Amino acid sequence: MSARPAPEFGSLVEIAERVRSGTLSARAVLSQSLDRIRELEGDLHCFNAVTEQAAMEDADHIDHLVRSGADPGPLAGVPVALKDNLCTEGVPTTCSSKILEGWLPPYDATVVRRLRDAGAIAVGKTNLDEFAMGSSTENSAFGPTKNPWDTGRVPGGSSGGSAAAVAAGMVPLSFGSDTGGSIRQPAALCGIVGVKPTYGVVSRYGLIAFASSLDQIGPFATTVADAALGLEVIAGHDPMDSTSLDRPAPSVLATLGDGVEGLRIGIVEDFLSVGSDCRDAVVAAGEALSAAGAKVDQVAIPELLLGLPAYYVIAPAEASSNLSRYDGVRYGLRVDGPDVETMNARTRGEGFGPEVKRRIMMGTYALSAGYYDAYYGQAQKARTLVIRAFEAAYKNFDVLLTPTTPSVAFPFGSKVADPIEMYMCDLCSIPSSLAGHPAASVPFALSSEGLPIGIQVLAPALGESVMMRVAASLEKAAPRAARGPVTP
Amino acid sequence: MIEYETVVGLEVHCELLTVTKLFCGCRNAFGDEPNTNICPVCLGLPGSLPVLNRRAVELALRIGTALNCRPERSIFHRKNYFYPDMPKDYQISQYDEPINVDGWLELPDGSRVGIERAHMEEDTGKTTHVGGGGRIHEAGYSLVDYNRAGVPLVEIVSRPDIRSAAQARAYVDELRSILVATGASDGRMEEGSLRVDANVSVRPVGATEYGTRCEVKNLNSMRSLERAVDYEVARQTALVESGERIAQETRHWDEGDGSTHSLRSKEEANDYRYFPEPDLTPLVPDAGLLAAAAEGVGPMPAERRHRLSSLLAGDAELATRRDGSTDQVVTVVDLGLDDLVRDAVAAGADPRLALARAANEAAANPEGAKSLDPAAFAALLKMESAGQLSATQSKEVLAELMSQGGDPARIAGRLGYEQMDSSAFEAMVDEVINANPEEWQRFCGGDDKVAQFLLGQVMRASKGRANGKLVAAAFASRRHV
Repeated sequence: MSARPAPEFGSLVEIAERVRSGTLSARAVLSQSLDRIRELEGDLHCFNAVTEQAAMEDADHIDHLVRSGADPGPLAGVPVALKDNLCTEGVPTTCSSKILEGWLPPYDATVVRRLRDAGAIAVGKTNLDEFAMGSSTENSAFGPTKNPWDTGRVPGGSSGGSAAAVAAGMVPLSFGSDTGGSIRQPAALCGIVGVKPTYGVVSRYGLIAFASSLDQIGPFATTVADAALGLEVIAGHDPMDSTSLDRPAPSVLATLGDGVEGLRIGIVEDFLSVGSDCRDAVVAAGEALSAAGAKVDQVAIPELLLGLPAYYVIAPAEASSNLSRYDGVRYGLRVDGPDVETMNARTRGEGFGPEVKRRIMMGTYALSAGYYDAYYGQAQKARTLVIRAFEAAYKNFDVLLTPTTPSVAFPFGSKVADPIEMYMCDLCSIPSSLAGHPAASVPFALSSEGLPIGIQVLAPALGESVMMRVAASLEKAAPRAARGPVTP
Repeated sequence: MIEYETVVGLEVHCELLTVTKLFCGCRNAFGDEPNTNICPVCLGLPGSLPVLNRRAVELALRIGTALNCRPERSIFHRKNYFYPDMPKDYQISQYDEPINVDGWLELPDGSRVGIERAHMEEDTGKTTHVGGGGRIHEAGYSLVDYNRAGVPLVEIVSRPDIRSAAQARAYVDELRSILVATGASDGRMEEGSLRVDANVSVRPVGATEYGTRCEVKNLNSMRSLERAVDYEVARQTALVESGERIAQETRHWDEGDGSTHSLRSKEEANDYRYFPEPDLTPLVPDAGLLAAAAEGVGPMPAERRHRLSSLLAGDAELATRRDGSTDQVVTVVDLGLDDLVRDAVAAGADPRLALARAANEAAANPEGAKSLDPAAFAALLKMESAGQLSATQSKEVLAELMSQGGDPARIAGRLGYEQMDSSAFEAMVDEVINANPEEWQRFCGGDDKVAQFLLGQVMRASKGRANGKLVAAAFASRRHV
C-alpha cells in the first residue's frame, strides 16, 4: 500500500493570520478538519471522542471575536487534537482505559487552557496506549489506531492517535505526552515532527500521570515551524505544577531560520546498530548538516544503553503509585464486591488491561521492602550515569543525532507477544527522557518499503532553540515525500 | 524477683492551624458540611498535582525550633497503601529526610525527652462506617468526608525516653502547651487536631536493649493514654514473667473495656513502598523561611518556668517547699500568667504571695486574670503583706479586681475591710489557747503542724478580719513565756 498526498491546511502562522484578519473564518478551517475526520476516522480510529458541537461553538466564538475587533491569539482558529490523557472540562478523558470510561474531568489541563486562550479549537480526544503505556496503540482498551501510511501497520505510541491525526491531515496540530518516547516514536512512524520539551518547560497540571518524573507534553505537526509555534504557546511557568521551571519558556520560533553554520553535531554511534534503513538515514542526515556548515562527528556514549533497563524500573515504579487511585471509590469504573478490598481488586482487575497490570506489578515489585535498593535504587544510579554521560558529551557537541526508532512502522500484532521486543522501540528515545532533556523527531527519509524514517535531535536542558534550528535544517534537506500529511 | 521498667515512645500528630490545606487552596477547617472543602488536588483527581503550602512549612519549622530540633533540607516521599479515605491511595509524607531532627523537650519535673524528628505530612479523609458497630468489615456502608484530606500535619516522634504512664501524660501535656504557644496548633485532642500513638515495651531494670514493642492506637484523651500505657505494661510484664514472647504488633485501645486488642501483626503490616515524591521538589529551609518560622515565637513553657522559678529563688522559705511551688509555677505558666506575676514582683509584691494568688485565685477566673492590671495586683499584695488586709479579705478584693477592675484600696474601703486591731484579736488568741489545751501543749513542744490549726481558730472567730501574720506572731510570743 502506498500513501497519497493529502490536502493541506497551510502553515499555522498563515491560518491564524488569515483568521485574525477576517479573510478566513475559523468555521471554515474547522469544517476542513471535521470533513477529513469524517472521511478517514472509520479507517484510522485516531479519536476516542470528536467534540464536533463544542468545536463549532468555539469556532463561532473566535469568528465573533474577530468581528468585534478582538485578537483571539496566535493560534486563532487552528483545529487541534488532544491526547486523551489531557483533562478537558466536561469532556470524557479516558486514557484509553475502561477504568476511566465515563469520567468527566471538572477542570482543563493547563495546556488545554493555554491552547484555548491562544484561540485554538479542540476537535477531540485522541487514542493512546492505555495510560500511555505502549509503543503501538495496541494497548488501547478501545482498539488500535492505524498508520495512515499503511493501515496494516501501527502508528507508534503511546500518542499514536495524535500522531496519526496530523499525519492523515485531520488537524494541523496535535498534542501528546512523552514519557520514554511517546511523542517522538509515533512522530517518526507517521512521518511528522514531534517534540518532547525539557522537563519542566510545559506544565503537567491536568496531564494524567504515568511516570511523573518523566512525563512531558509536546506538539505534533507536519513542519518544524508549526511544531515550534505549538510549543511556544503551551510552554512557560505554571504555579500549579511544582516541577514547572520558574523561568520564561525557551524562545524557538525567532531563531528557527538561523541555520547550523558552526554548530558541533555528534552522531551517537551506540545507536547505529539499528535497522539498516534507519542507520543509513542518520548517516545521510549527518552529511546534510555537514553540507550546511555544521561540524559533524561520531561520538560513543555507551552509558546511554543503560537507559532502557533503568527506565523500565523507574517508570513502572512511579506508575504503580500513580495508578493506585483508580480504586473504584470516587470516580470511574466500580465493580462491586462484598467488602472494600474485593471491590478495589475487582475494579482494578476488570478496569486495567494486561500491559498496565504488568507495569503495576513490575513497579510494585521494584519498590518492595528488600528489593528497593537492588532495583529502584540501582535504576536511579543508572539514571545519574546517563545524565553525567550527556553532560560530558555536551562539552564537545551542541546537539546529538540518533535514529528516533530502531525500525520503521511495524505490522499489527508483530510485537504484542513479546513485551521486551516492544520495549526496545524506546531504546533511542529513553536517555533524554531520563535526563529531562529536550528531543525532537524530524521526518527525513523513506525506507525501502516507502515508510517514513525519523531522525532524533537531542539537546541539553533548555536547548530547544538550537535543537529546533537543527531540526529545521534537516527538514530543508529532506525529500518532501518523507513527511505527511498523507491519504491512506 | 526481676523488676521491670516501662519504656514508651510517643508519636503525636498535630494538625497545623493554616488557613488552607497542605497542597491546595481549600479551606482547612473543622466541622464544616462534609465534602465542601475539596478540589481536584485534595480529591486526588487524575492529572492534579500538589503545590506545597509555604505557611505550613513555616509552622513546621516553628514547631521544630520550639522542640530544639535542627532544621534540615528535606524531601517528601509517597507512602503507598490502599484505604478509601485516602484519595490518591498514597500519602505524601516525609520519610528518611525530614524537615526537623534531633531535638528534646523538657518536662516540668526537669526531665528531658528526646525528639527524634518532627516531619510534615498530609492528613487523610474521615470515614464513618454505618452499621456493624462502626468497624469497616461489619459495616453496611461507609461514608467518606474528604474535608480533612490534605490538611497539614506535623508528626512529632519522641525517642523511647519515657518511663511511666504519668510521664507520657506529662509529655503530651507539655507538648500540647508548646504547640499552642507556637500558634501552630489549637491542641484540641477531642477534635482530633492532636492525636497520640504510643509505642510501649518493658525490659528488666538495668537492661541496655529494648524489649519488643507494641504500638497502641486510638488514644483519644490524656486519660486513655495513661490507662492504655498502664494496661499494656501490665500485659507485657505478665507475658514476660510467664516466659512468653511479646509479638511486635499494632494494638487498638478499647476505652469501654479498658484493654488493648491486637489489630495487626508485624507480618500483616503494610509494605508502604516509600519512594521520593516526584511531583514535589526538595525543601530547603532558607533564611527567609527560618526567619518567618522564628517570627512571633515567644519563649517556650520550660524557659518561662525557669524564669519564674529564678524569680523566686531568693525566697528561702520557698526553697524548703519546693514541690508546692513547682506545681504553682507550672500552673501559672500554663495559664500564661507568668508575666503578671513577674510584673507584680517588679512592682514590689512578695514573690511567693504573687505566685500563690496567681496559681490559685487567678486560676479560678483565667479570663479575668488576663485582664488584671499588674500594678493593681501588686498594690493589693503589698497591702496584704503590710498587714492592712487579711488573706481572706485580700482574696475578696482580688476577685472584684478581676471581675470589674479598679483600685484595690478603694475596693477594700468600700467592702469595709478595715484590719481588726491587735487588741481585738489578742483576746481571741487567749480564748483559743484555753479552749485547746492539748494542741497548745503540742505547739509549745515545737509541733509546727498544729500552728495552722490554732491560727485557723482565730481566723474563724475573727471572720477573717484578723491579720494572719500578726496572729501567728501573737501565738509565737506566748509560747516561750
